[in-house]
Amino acid sequence: MLDGILLGLHTVATPANLLLVLLGCLVGTFIGMLPGLGPISAIALMIPITYGFDPAAGMILLAGVYYGAVFGGSTSSILINAPGIAGTVASAFDGYPLARSGEPGKALALAAYASFAGGTLAALMLIIAAPILADLSLIFQSADYFALMLLGLSLVAAFARPGGHLKALLMACFGIMLSTVGTDLSAGVQRFTFGRMDLMDGISFLLLAMATFALAEALMMVLQPTRAGARPMSIRMSRLKLNKREIKQVLPTVGRASVLGFFVGVLPGAGATIASFLAYGVERVLAKPAEQLRFGKGSLKGLAAPETANNAACTGSFVPLLTLGIPGSGTTAILLGALLAYGIQPGPRLFVDEPQVFWAVIVSMYFGNLILLVLNLPLIPYIARILMLPKVYLVPAILFFSLIGVYLVSFNSFDIQMMVFIAVIAVGLRLLEFPMAPLLLGFILGGMLEDNLRRAIILSDGSFGFLLGRPTTVVLLSLTVVTLISPLLRKLYRGIRSGN
Amino acid sequence: MIKAYLALLLLLLPSCVGHCDEPPHLDRIHFLIPAGPGGGWDGTARGVGEALLKSGLVTSISYENLSGGGGGRAIAKLIETASRQGDTLMVNSTPIVVRSLQKIFPQSFRDLTPIASVIADYGCFVVRKDSPYSTWGQIIAAFKADARQIKVAGGSVRGSTDHLVIAKALQAAGVDPRQVRYIPYDGGGRAMTGLLTGETQLLSTGLSEALDLASAGVVKVIATTAPARLSEIESVPTLKELGYDLVFANWRGFFGPPGMSPERIRTSIEILAQLIQTEEFELVRARNGWVVLFQSGQDFYRFLEQQERDIGRMMRDLGFLKS
Repeated sequence: MLDGILLGLHTVATPANLLLVLLGCLVGTFIGMLPGLGPISAIALMIPITYGFDPAAGMILLAGVYYGAVFGGSTSSILINAPGIAGTVASAFDGYPLARSGEPGKALALAAYASFAGGTLAALMLIIAAPILADLSLIFQSADYFALMLLGLSLVAAFARPGGHLKALLMACFGIMLSTVGTDLSAGVQRFTFGRMDLMDGISFLLLAMATFALAEALMMVLQPTRAGARPMSIRMSRLKLNKREIKQVLPTVGRASVLGFFVGVLPGAGATIASFLAYGVERVLAKPAEQLRFGKGSLKGLAAPETANNAACTGSFVPLLTLGIPGSGTTAILLGALLAYGIQPGPRLFVDEPQVFWAVIVSMYFGNLILLVLNLPLIPYIARILMLPKVYLVPAILFFSLIGVYLVSFNSFDIQMMVFIAVIAVGLRLLEFPMAPLLLGFILGGMLEDNLRRAIILSDGSFGFLLGRPTTVVLLSLTVVTLISPLLRKLYRGIRSGN
Repeated sequence: MIKAYLALLLLLLPSCVGHCDEPPHLDRIHFLIPAGPGGGWDGTARGVGEALLKSGLVTSISYENLSGGGGGRAIAKLIETASRQGDTLMVNSTPIVVRSLQKIFPQSFRDLTPIASVIADYGCFVVRKDSPYSTWGQIIAAFKADARQIKVAGGSVRGSTDHLVIAKALQAAGVDPRQVRYIPYDGGGRAMTGLLTGETQLLSTGLSEALDLASAGVVKVIATTAPARLSEIESVPTLKELGYDLVFANWRGFFGPPGMSPERIRTSIEILAQLIQTEEFELVRARNGWVVLFQSGQDFYRFLEQQERDIGRMMRDLGFLKS
């Protein structure tokens, strides 16, 4: 294995390749920062440029673009609450409040460190256990995915404000309802499309996230000009570093989130977005009551968890791609296309037949991650200055970039109308203190929950026996029950103690 | 505007008249791709585009991804703006036939100008390497004994080609196609995972999606719907040679806007016919594992009509269409 890593290093670490990864990171970061444009678009744009390259050079450029785009997505999530990509939506929950409280430099630096740590730890896991993990992705059947999604939904309490559990639950249900719009997979019929072709493919997650976060936030700034977030800010730029206490605080979070993110990433179909939501929820559930209150208001843990998890999941999604040739996410699907274009066929034989390519891919991914950190830390103070813009410039800029971002994905003006419509509803709900994060959680888990439930039911010939049919399902369902009743147990426990 | 355009077109056209033994050439082609980046349509358009550029048959090429409505939005746009789309070729494939039968969009290939099919992917049926079934005959026997014991995975919704092909193949062998337990997955890759996890016993998919895992020995292809054995997998029989009358090709090809000028149609066909002879195309073809299926003009039109009849019958048999 060490030979392999050295072989990979030898292939990748040439001055020309380092320049390429630098270029890739820059381009990726820039594209990723534009709301709506993520790694898929960035990689699709860059692939034609890399046709003439040798495979290692091409892959290293694309790895740079990939990680750059993910980091760029975090930047716009944190600074203007407009998630650049679906995987960084959860980063806005605490990243935006943290930036708004006068610490944008620290928020961005933490995001960069957490992404790097997540990517590094996941790359280690990938190197050590890729062949074993390939089997893991083949253990999960539809019933298990259903249980996993249910477990994710049980974390909805983590996205609630104190005392707002009912509201959070209602919003999660609303999210699940929205996820049923479009063509139904099992029967092929259209649901809630009102006969409109524009709704046939359902509502895009990114559109929903942009409407409820970026657009609604900009409108709130106009409606409530006295709110803390609406004033132009004086920024304490000097503070990019985290102090010892803060590092100690987020370290366990980073560890947990990289393991969780990596394993969710390994499962085909789950991906970075679900990983980031789950990691956020888990951290919130595990946090001490005092810390829990910080979530949603700029908690360092609440930012580190999704940032770590989404990068770890990106790396994890390479396991099924490299070992089985099965792309588990949209991004790995387009990377598969790029690999094929270089004449590399990912699959069970890649590791045996062409070890130098296998290791070059892994090492180049790692390089992308590393260079990104080195490149972006010095840039952070300049990027963060966006927040010093007075509101009269900032609000139109957010409106412009979020509307353009959604339009650039679909080139459909209907999407813009729908986005404004949803944003207006979202503003109303926010004024009534309904939280938006559970809506997104319900939406993203709802679709997979339903597809897998229906598959599991057809597979078991219409019975619900599958719920108890497999150990994996049972374990996940038990965890769900424990999560749901744990607040109750905690209360009971405290009641008994205070009674004594 | 349109007049100016036609004038321009007339200016450009005579350049071919008189010395047409020179290789055909077009200044520009605009590829309209009815889906997002990264899928089969996208790969076909960009692969063909790359080969066209490198072989010098076309000077400049642009691409436009327009997803939505199962391809319906791109079709609607091509028709609505036909007068401005003189340079446009839309990539499409078998779903244009299926989806217009399903009335997902009101138009059909008849509303466009079919240029040519270029490549094809044949259907195939796949089992795990440790599966108790290793021949098509065993699958049929198992279905006849109890249709419930074999669940069939496919990469798209019920009533899509993956479903239709397996249903039709079983019907040809005397099994009631409505008994087939079809399990839809979101994409061919996930359907393959469904087969490998053991929750389904058979996978109905395109050969290109199964070829690599088959050559790695993880799965076994037990039959294809090709007209004759394919060089990529010599050992796998076709349904036809097993005695079942079913040939099915998922073609991919190109369409022009309605009312395309005859000269432009002819040049486009000539260019594509020339293209598949080039080394540049061979490179793209080999790396994507495509099988060439070139049919142009009237042949292509007749092929589409035939496929529409075949698929229409399949869908009626399965109850997806009311006759």
